[in-house]
Amino acid sequence: MRQRSPHRTGWTLVLPLLVFTLVTFLAPIGFMLWKSVYDPEVAGLLGQTRQALAKWQTSTGLPGPEGFDALSRDLRDLTGDGRVSQLALRLNRERSGMRQLIEVTADAIAEYDRPLLEIDPRWGDPDTWVLLKRMTQPLTARYFLSAVDLQQTPQGSIVRQDESRRIYVYLFGRTILVASVVTAVCIILGYPFAYALATARPRMQRLLFFIVMLPFWTSLLVRTTAWIVLLQRRGVLNEILVAMNIVSERSRLELIYNLSGTLIVMTHVLLPFFVLPLYAVMKGIPKQYVRAGKSLGAGPVRVFLRIYLPMTLPGVLAGAALVFILSLGYYVTPALVGGRTGQLISNQIAFHVQTSLNWGLAAALGSILLVIVVVLTMLLSRVTQRGVL
Amino acid sequence: MSISRLARATGLCVLGLGIPSSFAAESLTIASFGGQYTASQRQAHYEPFSKETGVDIKSVDYNGGLAELVAQVRSGSVSWDVVDVEMQDLDRGCADGLFEKVDIDALPAGADKRAAKDDFLDGALQPCGVGSVVWSNVIAVNEPAFQDAKPQTIEDFFDVERFPGKRGLPKRPNALLEWALMADGVAPGDVYATLSSEEGVDRAFRKLDTIKDQAVFWETGAQMIQLLVDGEVAMSTAYNGRVQGAISDEGKPLRILWDRQIWNADYYAVVKGTHAKKEADAFVRYATGTVPLAAQTGFIAYGPVRRSAEALINPAKAANLPTAKANFRHALAFNSKWWTDHGEAISERYASWLAR
Amino acid sequence: MLNAAVKNRPPSGATFEHAVVLQNVVKSYDGTTQVVKGVDLSVRSGEFLTILGPSGSGKTSLLMMLAGFEQPSDGAIIIGGRDVSRQPAHKRNIGMVFQQYALFPHLTVAQNLAFPLEMRRMGRREIDDRVGWALNLVKLEGLGARRPAQLSGGQQQRIAVARALIFEPQLVLMDEPLGALDKQLRQQMQDEIARLHHELRPTIIYVTHDQGEAISLSDRVAVFEGGKISQIDPPTALYNAPRNDFVAGFIGENNRIPARIISHGPPSRLAVSGRAIVSALSVDIAPTETHACIMIRPERLRRVAHLCQLPNTIDVVVSEVSYHGDSYRLRASLDDGIDVITRIPNDGTQSIPDIGESILLGWSTEDARAFAGGVSATIR
Repeated sequence: MRQRSPHRTGWTLVLPLLVFTLVTFLAPIGFMLWKSVYDPEVAGLLGQTRQALAKWQTSTGLPGPEGFDALSRDLRDLTGDGRVSQLALRLNRERSGMRQLIEVTADAIAEYDRPLLEIDPRWGDPDTWVLLKRMTQPLTARYFLSAVDLQQTPQGSIVRQDESRRIYVYLFGRTILVASVVTAVCIILGYPFAYALATARPRMQRLLFFIVMLPFWTSLLVRTTAWIVLLQRRGVLNEILVAMNIVSERSRLELIYNLSGTLIVMTHVLLPFFVLPLYAVMKGIPKQYVRAGKSLGAGPVRVFLRIYLPMTLPGVLAGAALVFILSLGYYVTPALVGGRTGQLISNQIAFHVQTSLNWGLAAALGSILLVIVVVLTMLLSRVTQRGVL
Repeated sequence: MSISRLARATGLCVLGLGIPSSFAAESLTIASFGGQYTASQRQAHYEPFSKETGVDIKSVDYNGGLAELVAQVRSGSVSWDVVDVEMQDLDRGCADGLFEKVDIDALPAGADKRAAKDDFLDGALQPCGVGSVVWSNVIAVNEPAFQDAKPQTIEDFFDVERFPGKRGLPKRPNALLEWALMADGVAPGDVYATLSSEEGVDRAFRKLDTIKDQAVFWETGAQMIQLLVDGEVAMSTAYNGRVQGAISDEGKPLRILWDRQIWNADYYAVVKGTHAKKEADAFVRYATGTVPLAAQTGFIAYGPVRRSAEALINPAKAANLPTAKANFRHALAFNSKWWTDHGEAISERYASWLAR
Repeated sequence: MLNAAVKNRPPSGATFEHAVVLQNVVKSYDGTTQVVKGVDLSVRSGEFLTILGPSGSGKTSLLMMLAGFEQPSDGAIIIGGRDVSRQPAHKRNIGMVFQQYALFPHLTVAQNLAFPLEMRRMGRREIDDRVGWALNLVKLEGLGARRPAQLSGGQQQRIAVARALIFEPQLVLMDEPLGALDKQLRQQMQDEIARLHHELRPTIIYVTHDQGEAISLSDRVAVFEGGKISQIDPPTALYNAPRNDFVAGFIGENNRIPARIISHGPPSRLAVSGRAIVSALSVDIAPTETHACIMIRPERLRRVAHLCQLPNTIDVVVSEVSYHGDSYRLRASLDDGIDVITRIPNDGTQSIPDIGESILLGWSTEDARAFAGGVSATIR
């Protein structure tokens, strides 16, 4: 018997995990990326129209009669299949009123077979046809444009979304801001805590571990309810402050259902993700480094700044990166306690996946978030590699 | 599975008067909005149905929207058999092929022998769903928040100077924009015409701007009640049934402001591709019968969609229904067609307004 | 109490010659058991003193107190004429070499060496000069830009030694500095430390459990046992004239022959294996007819052809012969089963006995030392 090459054995060992990752992770991400630029729904419904409009230059006004004919034929076919409402709803998502136009037109064609222009004057508007031409192209940039508050005018130029409809750039900004603040607070609160954890006696250590792991062991709903009870305007904290005359009845603190609610609760939930990697790093630093520093003449402050802090930096970076990246994707907590001002980009993604069913836009927003995370991760790994160890 | 197929194939299911005597499937899964609403369905619809047919009903809570259904139907693994949906989702789901078609002729006649077609309220019978309750969007007032003057009208809801206090608002714009226009002086009959123009929408949002600082937003009915009960908001947009429940069952100091209520209906729809279509259809026919619909008003203050059910309702309860005469004076019917046409654009704008 | 008293007067018996003086230093972690039980010790300036002892003997605790990482429970530590018992480590000006090197992994070699100088706020130029000098000193020029992880174990330890010397501390502590190195490197490093001590003459207190290192490096060795100094002497005295059987057993290989005291000397006379009467120098006094133990170094136990060749002889049977290149090592048994070890140089002058052969071993009286008591269990 010939021996298996070690190379092949290696592959066999990682294959199950590879397949698992491929199926559960890479494939969905690939699907999402694809979905954000590929939308064949209208092209599939209006096959003939698509062909007929292929050669039409949008700058030349209305398309030729073959375009009108093709659309009539497509609508008649769809009426037969009962798929007019699907087309109507899909186009309506791009422009309000299209549902009504398509349904009226399809009904009229089915009954009298009249020319489109007689059925509704909107078919004389080149913009309607531009929309159809764009929508029948399966490959599209419109989701990515929407995701950064841009739109394409019927004339083809790319302009910013109307002031009253801009939202995503603003929310991306807020998301990054929130993630940064949460990360910063986690560092400030978590560093001393991790140190205490790493240096505590066993009994104290168990207690501290319990405290830091508590959010992991509590269900999301219980945790959130607890925060609401604690933080709301008539909650425990405010009652105490009012009773102690620190704040007045009129000026109770708004700690929840706004940005501060999102910040407080996210910090609480994500703190373990910062503390645990840092704790692991701190635990791995032998006492003798600090001793060496002292013996070489460094006082406590300088030992900390010059030796302990730099040596724990990989843990700080790892923990901070974890918290930051998780923050970028948080949406359940902001949805529950964030109120209006505490909503993040992920809430919009969830909205488009679950409620508006605009999966293309959700995919585009998700892809942008993914790119931000990947870029940050790469930057971070470069810093860690160059920096320490 | 194979036995149930065999049973169906050999026609072992015997149906009598629309109420089947034996079924292949042992259970149905029904998705609804949870809380007190589902409790009313369980008591008035699920349990009696199970008793009569032996089919167990598993109740699942969801939050409206079609996402889960799309996922189930597209992936071919349908785990919900029947869903309680709002009009807008029903329309859209029907167009997207998420629901089975309704056989209107198979629906039982009313208790007064009126044919189903004539017994149901207008709009309660849809190609893909059968109406069950009329419910209403109302304003709920937290009474202790107002010691002197009490808010009475929709204008008062938008007047934070005379009636200071936080306002609970929904995360979806449905009904809210209508109220904003009516509070700004638009007559109920002109609301949707006004909203159809860009200026009308601007006008509604300008009105919303006046209470934005005081707004607290809720996503689910349960959250809305919690905000009111905890005193976090002084008034909130609300579903009348939930508020009535908190008042009569739990004695909470809340009050319903019926002025300019915007009423709507919920529907039972059978999910496309369910493995228990026969049982699901039987359930829908049963639950939308006169007696179960009348019974439901005993558990939640939502009105029945069958005219024949009115005669069977306890008069004390009837006064709290949206359909009661006194409550219905300034009512506006929710126009789900309009929302299907404009919902996408309005939701985007509302989301943008909300975020900033 | 004691400290306050000591501070105000010059330490007794200490002169300025003495870089380090320990006075009755006691350490207890729990208040009842003493790990260090009253140590008095003076180290001369420029001296290389080794603290030798098995693990658990209290030598590490003593080192921690010297370095300032622990405080003595009682007694005083005087370094450079000043009582530093309560002074924190970073103010003591002591260089320390750790077993695991303890080079800062996030700093380069040069930055590691510069660290103590920066702590002393030395100018940049002077720091650079000194770092160059130190790298030169340990023959690692050109490695200044590397990180510790890029160096071999031996190189790392040389940098660690250089770092402990670079700021000219008044005392250098070395805590088992060769413990992490393999055998060959250990010998090289030992030579290196000896060379550095010879060149720079720092005062060094060196802690180890390896008697080989202790003997070859030190001016004096303090043998630690049970929290106390068992004997402190130059290596030769320690080797040739151990003051008790612990020291005798701990330093070098030793034969232990049980015996019965017949008369006190000098030299004392003892009976071995019930028959042979031999003489030895007695170290401590015990009544006659009590048990004693005779210690003879293997190299001082010689094979003799007949009884008169040396004053003391015993009959043994060879049980094991092993070849060691420069010598043969013989294990032989007395007739009551006691084993002794001897070496026969491989110089061609002597024949090598076979296993099972009866031979005669003898020694000069001054090479044998008798200690009261039986063969103690603590001796290897």
